[in-house]
Amino acid sequence: MTTATAGRTGAPARPASNTMWHAVRRALRRNHAAKVAIGVLFLVVIVGVFAPLIAPHDPNAQNLTLKLRPPFWSAGHQPGYPLGTDNLGRDVLSRIVYGTRISLLVGVSATLLSGVVGTAVGLVSGYYRGWRDQVFMRLADIQLAFPTILLALAIIAVLGPSLWFVILVLGLTGWVNYARVVRAEVLSLRSREFVVAARAIGDNDRQIMTRHLLPNITAPLVTIGTLQVAAMIIAEASLGYLGLGVPPSIPTWGGMLADGQLYLRSAWWIAVFSGAAIMLTTLSINVTGDMLRDVADPKAYTK
Amino acid sequence: MPVLEVNDLHAEFRLDTGTVRAVNGVSFSVEPGQTLAVVGESGSGKTATALSILRLHPTPPCVYTGGEIVAGGRDLLTLPEREMRQVRGNEIAMIFQDPMTSLNPVKTVGAQIVESLRRHRSLPRGEARARAVEALREVGIAHPEARAGQYPHQLSGGMRQRVMIAMALACRPKLLIADEPTTALDVTVQAQIMELMADLQDRFGMAIVLITHDLGVVAQVADKVLVMYAGRPVEAAGADDLFERPRMPYTRALLESMPRPDVPGGAVLDPIRGAPPNLLDLPSGCAFHPRCGFARPECASTVPALEEKAPGHAAACVLTDDDLPGTSEGRRVSGT
Repeated sequence: MTTATAGRTGAPARPASNTMWHAVRRALRRNHAAKVAIGVLFLVVIVGVFAPLIAPHDPNAQNLTLKLRPPFWSAGHQPGYPLGTDNLGRDVLSRIVYGTRISLLVGVSATLLSGVVGTAVGLVSGYYRGWRDQVFMRLADIQLAFPTILLALAIIAVLGPSLWFVILVLGLTGWVNYARVVRAEVLSLRSREFVVAARAIGDNDRQIMTRHLLPNITAPLVTIGTLQVAAMIIAEASLGYLGLGVPPSIPTWGGMLADGQLYLRSAWWIAVFSGAAIMLTTLSINVTGDMLRDVADPKAYTK
Repeated sequence: MPVLEVNDLHAEFRLDTGTVRAVNGVSFSVEPGQTLAVVGESGSGKTATALSILRLHPTPPCVYTGGEIVAGGRDLLTLPEREMRQVRGNEIAMIFQDPMTSLNPVKTVGAQIVESLRRHRSLPRGEARARAVEALREVGIAHPEARAGQYPHQLSGGMRQRVMIAMALACRPKLLIADEPTTALDVTVQAQIMELMADLQDRFGMAIVLITHDLGVVAQVADKVLVMYAGRPVEAAGADDLFERPRMPYTRALLESMPRPDVPGGAVLDPIRGAPPNLLDLPSGCAFHPRCGFARPECASTVPALEEKAPGHAAACVLTDDDLPGTSEGRRVSGT
């Protein structure tokens, strides 16, 4: 798509193919919380991508002589360890910086995975209806009746801790949201005349689903996707907290939270800073998601 | 050789509440360059017939229970779906009633024409794009290059219908099925669209099946007319002949319910009494008899067959020419 410039020669103005982007900018102008949120998200992504350059220490380097040092403003802090150290003398800041990578990686990959699976299921269910719909929706009911964390726990307990298993498990348990929303949208779209018109020019079912239905549901997909990234980050942290996430050699926010909990009275900074990282990131994502939902549905903010 | 020949087509919808015989023994044929109008009230089976030709009804609930649809020397009803897709948009194209909803709202009109072109012709993207702009120019859209990059909501209703026509004709089909193409448009735009279709028909020599309930339009453009009532064909004739001497009381009633402000007393409408029958529960015998001013006792028991009453003029009615008074001078629509 090209960014078009409006012709001033009497020809109709070339439409902006970036209409969505314009709407985002307009929404941002009145939504200050979203501005801050997007700024924070941007920062988080930068930190994650450039972790090795930003982190002052190796996140796994232990130094027992420097264990449980407080953050820089307290008495007894160690210069060079601005957020203090944990029970093994590892730098809290460096571990949080590296933890960002895992959180983002898991959040985004699991969301993409569940998005692809859920959207495909929703398209097929809503378009064909009939037995496919019955089967998929009953599966969705079963999935929803299962506590996700419990399921993830069971699978990882069997398969062993691994970053990819965590992504796989979270990805494959998160498809229901997409499937239901996509199905509902498709049910209302499939009887629209442009779908019949598409068949009348010779499109087959797959082409109708991917070229006509899918482009019409990008707005809700983007919205659910954003919110789901936050949910996935929390889920990963929860698994980490329970000790069943990624292997302990990889620093994660959830794992730090679990370690820090033991020292909450003596060394609050371990748990508080990692918890704050989780909260700040997911909050920013949710605020951004809300803004995107407003953009996707103009009725939500026009008075 | 006709572009399309439909013989005794039957299509029914099997619903939970009963079976609707939406298309009940319809036959017609269209020659190249000819326009056939299919007319009737809402629910008479016009659109169901049109969609049946391209097999666009969802199955289930629709079942094609009989007849044949011959185009290009083969029966479309028995064609595998895969080959049927090659017919759609390529040999036979269709445009729909509401141009507001028959274009994909999230794609530029240019992209939609490009898609329909590339579906049937292996064209490089750039060339398809150029052909799409050309197609928009052919249907009389000003600044086609700029319009090609616009979304449907940025165009007026008339322009959208032009886009639909451009899309339908992009692959130069032999037959265009137009399902009430002007119903959703303003009167002035209606005339423009009909004129455009006639123009393009002259240029490309395609046949048109025009589904409509606008008899004014029929009088202007149709060569042949098929009148439908409750899923059945009730009268088939050349357009002039039909307007001159309708031989089925329903057709007469349709003609009489048209306003004729140009003749004395013609502005007073003479509507058809009653309502179209419930397709789930059709009246016995001739489906029109409860509303017919000429009904006889036998009309309630026997279904009249569509038979030739005069050369090239068939009607499904027990009445003979002697029973029907000639159309009064003031009601004649022919010659418009």
